[in-house]
Amino acid sequence: MRRVPWGLLIVIAAFFVPSLGSRFYTFLANDVAIWALFATSLNLLVGYTGLVSFGHAAYFGIGAYTTGILMKKLGVPFLLAFPAAGLVAGLFAVFFGFFCVRLTRIYFAMLTLAFAQIVWAICFKWNELTGGEQGMPEIPYPDFGWVEKAAAVLPFLGGYRTSEYFYFTCLILIAVALWVLRRIVASPFGRMLTTIRENPERAEFIGVNVRRYELAAFTLAGLFAGLAGGLFGIFNRGVFPDFAYWTKSSEVLIMTLLGGMGTFVGPSVGALVLIWLNQQIVSYTEYWPLVLGTILVLLLFVFPGGLAGAAQSLVRAMQRKRGPARA
Amino acid sequence: MLDVRGVVKSFGGFLAVGGVSFTVAPGSIGAIIGPNGAGKTTLFNLITGHLRPDAGQVMFKGRDVTGIAPHDLCRLGMGRSFQRTNIFPRLTVFENVQAAYVSHRGRGWNLFHPVARLYQEETEAILRAVGLLDHAREESGFLSHGGQKQLELGIALALEPEILLLDEPTAGMSASETRESIALIERLARERRLTLLFTEHDMEVVFSISQRITVLHQGKVIADGPPAEVRRDPEVRRVYLGEKHA
Repeated sequence: MRRVPWGLLIVIAAFFVPSLGSRFYTFLANDVAIWALFATSLNLLVGYTGLVSFGHAAYFGIGAYTTGILMKKLGVPFLLAFPAAGLVAGLFAVFFGFFCVRLTRIYFAMLTLAFAQIVWAICFKWNELTGGEQGMPEIPYPDFGWVEKAAAVLPFLGGYRTSEYFYFTCLILIAVALWVLRRIVASPFGRMLTTIRENPERAEFIGVNVRRYELAAFTLAGLFAGLAGGLFGIFNRGVFPDFAYWTKSSEVLIMTLLGGMGTFVGPSVGALVLIWLNQQIVSYTEYWPLVLGTILVLLLFVFPGGLAGAAQSLVRAMQRKRGPARA
Repeated sequence: MLDVRGVVKSFGGFLAVGGVSFTVAPGSIGAIIGPNGAGKTTLFNLITGHLRPDAGQVMFKGRDVTGIAPHDLCRLGMGRSFQRTNIFPRLTVFENVQAAYVSHRGRGWNLFHPVARLYQEETEAILRAVGLLDHAREESGFLSHGGQKQLELGIALALEPEILLLDEPTAGMSASETRESIALIERLARERRLTLLFTEHDMEVVFSISQRITVLHQGKVIADGPPAEVRRDPEVRRVYLGEKHA
């Protein structure tokens, strides 16, 4: 029996969100999709390699600025500006990671934070390149003129807003990126990362060059965060220094923990739940951070494995109950 | 096979290992014994690259391997198990051994091939040999203490070592568990033509299987030779055996 391809079904379902007729839902779905990629990239470090980064927003920000500068200032098409976001963020991650993986635990976390704050400070001050404090508003959308032309032949393609075309583009790119990440964590390389998470000392003595693997994971995580950032800048209609600020790093870390770092889908679930809750709760109260704090406390005590972890144990418990009855 | 030449290691002012030399012949079973704090584990860590000696040399297969990284030593054919059980607790029993294969055979940098069935046959053969095949799909952290020790041995074997260093392989085991696991280690060493070097506190075990015994006391070698000779050595009787066999 083949497993149900849940991931594919969710992506297909997401394509119908604009048809619900609410621009707001499309906006939310786009937001969730980008953050899902961002959080999943972080989980490659936190959940799979056992490295807690407090500065993951640096690579998100670098990706956003890369795409933004290329598209707005240099008129580079999206098709090139998007992969460039991953490439540049990945290069920065190699450089910063080289120093970070030399440290362990809290020192590692502090150094990732320090590098992220440097990135933020540069974005904040370098007016000529980044627009400084004011950021870089009005990043253009990719050119969707060709879709309009194609719609003459394939009518079902036509009739959407530019923001909706961009949403579809995001869906496809993020789905591919998540699929690649999924392959990576289920690969021999991914297995090596989990041995490092479990026991770095022992990993060394099955022949794993721990630092080199950690650097590779750090680079990949930075690369995918950069891709997410590249999309986010366009989605947000502008790139601002706070993309790289530590609050963004903590937000993505909270999503990862909320959804559950023990599973691949956890961070995506976290992104969905956190963004949805935020929308719901700010319409009732201005004390969203208070609610968020309460949720986190409950989470850490009641569901230490996150929402996805809790769901997984529930399913397992049900299977166990059913198991003996069948035998 | 292994030639340790005058290694020295001190921590702060404390001399943990003070110029220890001994050799292990290919295919032999050697033991290092000594009272608690004699420097056995430190000596192991010096040999396996976890610590760098202050002075002295470690030769492995005729090559100077002093202070090289554990992951490189591992590739050269040195396997080890640890005194405090050292496995990957949240991976399954199968995954523990499989990971060792993936790493050892140099497949760790493959990012796209699914890992799930990689080296399945080899891994299952090892699990069968150490008696854990029935537990293959269980999370290894839930194994009994003895089971985790067996798994550690399995991980070490998957690295296809020429020499295997076992740090107190029967620590924390009951008398019957100890007998079983020593029989297992001896059988595996014979079948796979392994050279063994182990530390042990159980004297019965040491004298029953080893061909050569090195006795450490306060970081120095006080006797080195075949079991019968070491047993007769007056110095050994005084500082070590005397404590138990008085």
